[in-house]
Amino acid sequence: MSDQNSHDDLVPSTFEDEPIANPGLPPHVWRPTDVDPKAEKRAERQVAAMFGLSILCAILFMVSYFAFHVGSDWNTIGGLGASNVALGVFLGGALLFIGIGIIQWARKLMGDQEIVEYRHPARSPDEDREATLAALNAGLEESGIGRRPLVRNTLLGAVGILALPAIVMLRDLGPLPGDKLNHTIWRRGMRVVRDVVGTPIKVSDLELGDLVNALPEALFPTQENGYPEIEGVELQQQKVKAAVILNRMLPEEIVSEQTLNWSVNGIVCYSKICTHVGCPISLNERTTHHLLCPCHQSTFDLTDSGKVIFGPAGHALPQLPLAVDSDGYLIAQSDFTEPVGPSFWERDPS
Amino acid sequence: MSIDTSKVAASNTTTAATAKKPSKAGAAAAWADDRLGLATAMKKNLRKVFPDHWSFMLGEIALWSFVVLLLSGVFLTLWFTPSMGEVTYQGSYDPLRGVTVSEAYNSALKLSFDVRGGLLMRQMHHWAAMVFIAAMMIHLLRVYFTGAFRKPRELNWVIGCLLLLGTLEGFTGYSLPDDLLSGTGIRAADGFMKSIPLVGSYLSFFLFDGEFPGDAIIPRLFTIHVLLIPGLLLALIAAHMLLLVYHKHTQWPGPGRTEQNVVGFPMLPVYAAKAGGFFFIVFGVTALMGGLLSINPVWKFGPYDPTKVTAGSQPDWYMGWPDGALRIMPGWEFGIFGHTFPFNVFLPIIVLPGLMFTILLMLPFIESWVTGDKRDHHLLERPRNAPTRTAVMVSLMTFYGLMWAAGGNDIIAIKLHASINQITYFMRAAVFIGPAIAFFITRRWCISLQRHDNETLLHGYETGIIMRSPEGGYSERHLPISDARAYTMTARQRDEVPALEAETDANGVPTPGSRSAKVKSKLQTLMYADNVQKPTQEELEEAHHHVEHENELQAGLDHAADGHQFDGHHLVDEEHLRSH
Ligand code: HEM
Ligand code: FES
Repeated sequence: MSDQNSHDDLVPSTFEDEPIANPGLPPHVWRPTDVDPKAEKRAERQVAAMFGLSILCAILFMVSYFAFHVGSDWNTIGGLGASNVALGVFLGGALLFIGIGIIQWARKLMGDQEIVEYRHPARSPDEDREATLAALNAGLEESGIGRRPLVRNTLLGAVGILALPAIVMLRDLGPLPGDKLNHTIWRRGMRVVRDVVGTPIKVSDLELGDLVNALPEALFPTQENGYPEIEGVELQQQKVKAAVILNRMLPEEIVSEQTLNWSVNGIVCYSKICTHVGCPISLNERTTHHLLCPCHQSTFDLTDSGKVIFGPAGHALPQLPLAVDSDGYLIAQSDFTEPVGPSFWERDPS
Repeated sequence: MSIDTSKVAASNTTTAATAKKPSKAGAAAAWADDRLGLATAMKKNLRKVFPDHWSFMLGEIALWSFVVLLLSGVFLTLWFTPSMGEVTYQGSYDPLRGVTVSEAYNSALKLSFDVRGGLLMRQMHHWAAMVFIAAMMIHLLRVYFTGAFRKPRELNWVIGCLLLLGTLEGFTGYSLPDDLLSGTGIRAADGFMKSIPLVGSYLSFFLFDGEFPGDAIIPRLFTIHVLLIPGLLLALIAAHMLLLVYHKHTQWPGPGRTEQNVVGFPMLPVYAAKAGGFFFIVFGVTALMGGLLSINPVWKFGPYDPTKVTAGSQPDWYMGWPDGALRIMPGWEFGIFGHTFPFNVFLPIIVLPGLMFTILLMLPFIESWVTGDKRDHHLLERPRNAPTRTAVMVSLMTFYGLMWAAGGNDIIAIKLHASINQITYFMRAAVFIGPAIAFFITRRWCISLQRHDNETLLHGYETGIIMRSPEGGYSERHLPISDARAYTMTARQRDEVPALEAETDANGVPTPGSRSAKVKSKLQTLMYADNVQKPTQEELEEAHHHVEHENELQAGLDHAADGHQFDGHHLVDEEHLRSH
């Protein structure tokens, strides 16, 4: 049956100075299903069985859809939910059996003669190229684009300028930054209150080494404290910038002058927002008073003005100057003295 | 083997059955052709030949998982609400009932707990995204390592690289459910943008419609995720496929497979059936994964709260490598004329990915510039036969892998009980040294594999049989390999090792413009000079004479000891030594 391979003789060898001649395509080998009607019938039945199984799975899929509950039952099988598992398995089965069936069909029953096709270079033949080039030139010539630079250049200018309206149109995507990034809602005398609940904090509430998540009282407006109503987007935006942590250490442990001046009985207050790219910092090393950011492990020294002692952050963690009010609650001496969070171009270099 | 072909199944007759009366398919085709005139174009394409190899399946996995993404994604849009408006969760998931959440998060929970099949589709969508991106990357490696990117396929390489846009699509999707992890990711992205000099904070304010987080980002990302990027990907994939068909697929060299032809199965029926069947398999496997493997359980993370973060928070794996770069970068932040330049963020997250992408995109052009090779290539090359090319990619992969590992430096530190500082310092050095070592080792390794190939060609393969000569010396018996195999191994171009061009002209004056020529010839030397070339015909003949001579010396052995029946003087048709 070498007649199928005769075309090989036409194939020119590619490699100059080929040490071994191209032996040509190996002869085709018949499969059992090609020569044995029994094998052929068997394969046919196998393929049909696959498609049958797929139908079965599809039916079971629909049965499961109605039989299993979602909602309260979501957790039943390995935390995945009976409905989810059943739907996934039967949908998977319905699809896989079709796939396996078709591939089996292709392998066992469809013709398996490899055929040969010749390649042609991607480039067009020379005469086509020349004809196209001539057409192109004729077109350009008739348009006169080369002879009339004034027309050409104004057109290019006009189309180029069109990009500007397109960009200008995007202007209203958002407001300009202004100095928003430089300020937070913290003000002189504003109480430092607990995260979530909003209760003010006394010096005695903190044990040595404690780390407390806190917010400005203005984010919990009530009749009593008289702060203006704040909610929704505005609340989120203020919260993002104003979140702080309180940490208590022995006053002797404090290294820098500024940190000492801005502390109250060894309690220091820092921005919770990492100066790297802005994750909320949360991991506290009790003994060293180092604060670690879980995102990229920048580590800040709370005893020493929030200096970066490790990691990719570029500058110290801003410290909030603390004081106590007449009722003994922790308050801010002022807003942060520098922007919180990640660096940006307009920020004063530190 | 001779078989009575009259018994051969009907489907395998070599001549097409002559149609007596038009079949149903024929009638439909005629109807369509009367209106569309497709027959001319389809005449060749219906039986278009596709060569077969397991590695050609990788691109197909990417293609089919993209289809799964489209299907499951459209299902998700039917319930998903891209809004940051606040609502109180009232659904089936007890632990969060009564909590104020965004509408986006609320609808992601609804999809997970109150829509039958919703969780399945969410999990299938996420798994398909992972498979899509992974398959795409491995496909890219396959194309590179086998030299399939060479002329005339450079443009398809470029399109393929642009498809890596899919990673951005993954990031935007990951951000949609507005859970704690996705919010953490968006917030980091805000920090990334702000690191861009001059325009950073403006970009951030425009994207978020004000300060982070605002209430615009989820709807905007939604449009990008379901319209903009899928549209681009679809167009790119279409162009990728068209070019593939136009160029015809590359093939591995082998008996009868040359630069001028393509050997394989016709599109209709075999290839269409196999590819179509494979679609169902990819789809089915994704469904099984969605049913059995939990992924992104957003209800466990809780809604996004800007003051919270979970320890060990990690992005999806494909975002891992820039995250690693971000982690090991020293905290270099510069002041420039009263401005802050956060180089510690800008370099690893804005510059580096762009740079890596550009390098990847340029690889075919750099290679053809260095080699000066302007020929068309349709036969694939084994990685070993292009040692420098292979080494370049292994080196890039090492860089990628180390960066990726650095993205888990906290986890590594815990697992190894090492300090995170040590791991980070180690990584800082490793990302430079590792790729260099990988380059060197890979290159030498390839060259020694080439040498081994030549040994096999010249002296045959090692049989594992030790022969003792009359003088008492031992040697291993080599047997010649089959013609088919020998041909396959030699079916490659010789590298044209550059002859160093004269650097000075006849008068000893440096030739003008020789600088770039010199660089090029240096690079060529690096690229080629150590490669092992396939043997010439004379070398092969001489080696075979030598082998025959050896065999004659051993001809006295007419009784076969154990294993000696393979000495080349006996019929070994019935023997099985080992498959080769
Ligand atoms: C290359 C293409 C795509 C990739 C890589 C991708 C990736 C992702 C990922 C990783 C998620 C998060 C899934 C989760 O909740 O765990 C997601 C969510 C989503 N995707 Fe896609 N996606 C793609 C295409 C599409 C398309 C074409 C659509 C719709 C037309 C779509 C619609 C959605 C929707 C509505 C969600 C939010 C649903 C939810 O999280 O509950 N995606 N996508
Ligand atoms: S965000 Fe804190 S280290 Fe990166």
